[in-house]
Amino acid sequence: MSDSVRPQGEVAPIQIHDMTIAYHKKPVLWDVDLDVPEGVLVGIIGPNGAGKSTMIKAVMDLIPKASGWVKIYDRPYDQMRSAIGYVPQRESVDWDFPVNALDVVLMGRYGHVGWVRRPSGEDRRLAAEALDKVGMSEYAHRQISQLSGGQQQRVFLARALAQDARIYMMDEPFAGVDAATERAIIDILIELRSQGKTILVVHHDLQTVTEYFDWVIMLNMRVVAAGPTREVFTDENLQKTYGGRLTVLSQAAQAMADHRRGN
Amino acid sequence: MLDNALRFLSLADANVRFVLLGSLLIGATGGMLGSFAVLRRRSLLGDALAHAALPGVALAYLATGSKALPVLLVGATLAGIVGVLAIQFITQFTRIKADSAIGIVLSVFFGIGIVLLTHIQRSGGGNQSGLDKFLFGQAASMVGDDLVVMTSLTAIIMLAVLAFYKEFKALIFDPGFLSALGFSARRVDALLMGLIVLTVMVGLQAVGVVLIAAMLITPAVAARFWSERLGTMVVVSTVFGGVAGAVGTFISSLAPRIPTGPVMVLVATFFFVVSAICAPRRGALARWRRHRQNAAREQRHHFLRAHVELSDKERRGIFASSSLAAELGWKASRVERLGRKLARQGYVRRSGGRWELTEKGFEEGVFIVKSHRLWEHYLYHRSILDADHVDRPADEVEHLLTPEIIAHLEQIVAEERGINPDQVVNIHGTLSHYRKGGRE
Repeated sequence: MSDSVRPQGEVAPIQIHDMTIAYHKKPVLWDVDLDVPEGVLVGIIGPNGAGKSTMIKAVMDLIPKASGWVKIYDRPYDQMRSAIGYVPQRESVDWDFPVNALDVVLMGRYGHVGWVRRPSGEDRRLAAEALDKVGMSEYAHRQISQLSGGQQQRVFLARALAQDARIYMMDEPFAGVDAATERAIIDILIELRSQGKTILVVHHDLQTVTEYFDWVIMLNMRVVAAGPTREVFTDENLQKTYGGRLTVLSQAAQAMADHRRGN
Repeated sequence: MLDNALRFLSLADANVRFVLLGSLLIGATGGMLGSFAVLRRRSLLGDALAHAALPGVALAYLATGSKALPVLLVGATLAGIVGVLAIQFITQFTRIKADSAIGIVLSVFFGIGIVLLTHIQRSGGGNQSGLDKFLFGQAASMVGDDLVVMTSLTAIIMLAVLAFYKEFKALIFDPGFLSALGFSARRVDALLMGLIVLTVMVGLQAVGVVLIAAMLITPAVAARFWSERLGTMVVVSTVFGGVAGAVGTFISSLAPRIPTGPVMVLVATFFFVVSAICAPRRGALARWRRHRQNAAREQRHHFLRAHVELSDKERRGIFASSSLAAELGWKASRVERLGRKLARQGYVRRSGGRWELTEKGFEEGVFIVKSHRLWEHYLYHRSILDADHVDRPADEVEHLLTPEIIAHLEQIVAEERGINPDQVVNIHGTLSHYRKGGRE
């Protein structure tokens, strides 16, 4: 019991056992078997439709699993929801919604606040702090449609930071952001890692994989390879992941094309 | 008519008080829940729900023989829920899309309702005719007992909205995130849908199944024009709805046979039209004014920049319209017109039939030229600047650069190109020359 809250990585933060996901009975992700160690920055890569988003959504129970189970620090996900922070894809919401940046970040506190109760002054302070951390303090009271794409992504990141979690799941946080925002985000991810947090990032830019991630999960409807980037991110595995005929360069081109399409 | 107005305003008549209170409640709850329904894109579903309630009213009467409002509303609610479930079933298990599914269910249920009403009308005893008021509503038929029902429902709805405001807000903005937080998005959604159902039921008798959706949609859409935050929108929408209810009741009291429900809807629509035109920022007039201002500023920038650039080339500071026109690629008459306008605004002055910049015009012109040249430097050397400063359409940029961005650009150009920012505009010795040549 006490094992599960011990900070040192004896118990894997995320254990995925034989997880298969199907849409309308057609499997889109097969037999995922993974233990992600604590305190690593993990890149999830793979071509379009490889099941990258599907995987993190399934871990968080946002879509049903056809089979298998997931444990968070050796406990069922249901008991550990508050241990996981989430950054969904930016396009998944309507940015014309009438809220300002601070309102959105405050939503990250709702899990701690619980049903019906109002966020406290402390929650507001933490939300403002998270917004400050991503360099968005001066935009706190801006309606969110008036923010640039990079700023919106920072707001989403701040909302996840406000969740104050031990594990973070991020669905393409670098999609369509400017270089400065990308740098700001990666700096924050590195800081989170140094605090012993585990971060899973769906990623598209193959060129930055070795620079950003110390662990990598290569997906193509199944786990092609998973492990420390240095060992796993090889030409051979890239070919298996992105299809035999492609060279690394054309894979990168494909990845960038996907990226532009916002997938 | 004046008599009627006075009688209404004195509120002496108990019936008037009932109708007024009822309409106020209907409008206010409609406006309140409408904000959530519209943002959740459920406004059409509300319409389908209302139409689907009609056969429920008829069946409840046929089953019990009672015309008491609670009985009929229970029937209406059940039928409405069946309708909504039917829509969900169709969209989930067939290839039919939501809009068609809503259309099918709405018309089928409404058709059944009309058939049943006609049947009741033809076959029943003497007291059957009251049911058709559910079609277009009859506010005047509200009596004390009905008010008790409506007030309780309204109280439940408003308390629930207060309690679950935070959950509704998160649900509508990002349901996936709400689930990830550990809330059941499906339960929150069901709760919201349930409140929308209750709201429709509150208004059914007075406004009718055909029009009640308008009291859900119109105040909310109008309120969105005035508000950038959900809380404000909900309050404004509630007020719009409530006022539409009250004013609608007042107008319909002025003469016999003006139906209250439709007038309420028309008043709400009036609010919508006024909002769409006059609202600051989002309204049509504000947009038009912004567009005009931007266009005017752009024209001014062209003129001033041409003047400064020309003085750089020709080493003097006073130019005829024809010279400026050649620089701009415009007709001289256009330069002439713009010059006269800018003279009125104090940017230029006439000097022997030609144009000279004033201090104000000179300052802005130099700023524009500087922005332009810095921007060219920047684009040319592809330095890194925060994208929230650059991701504007390129052709508009020179008009949008703020002093803050200019300072940033100056820094970049100085650091990376080793250019003294002052030289950016002074490259050809423009300014010193301008001051000497142009001012004397």
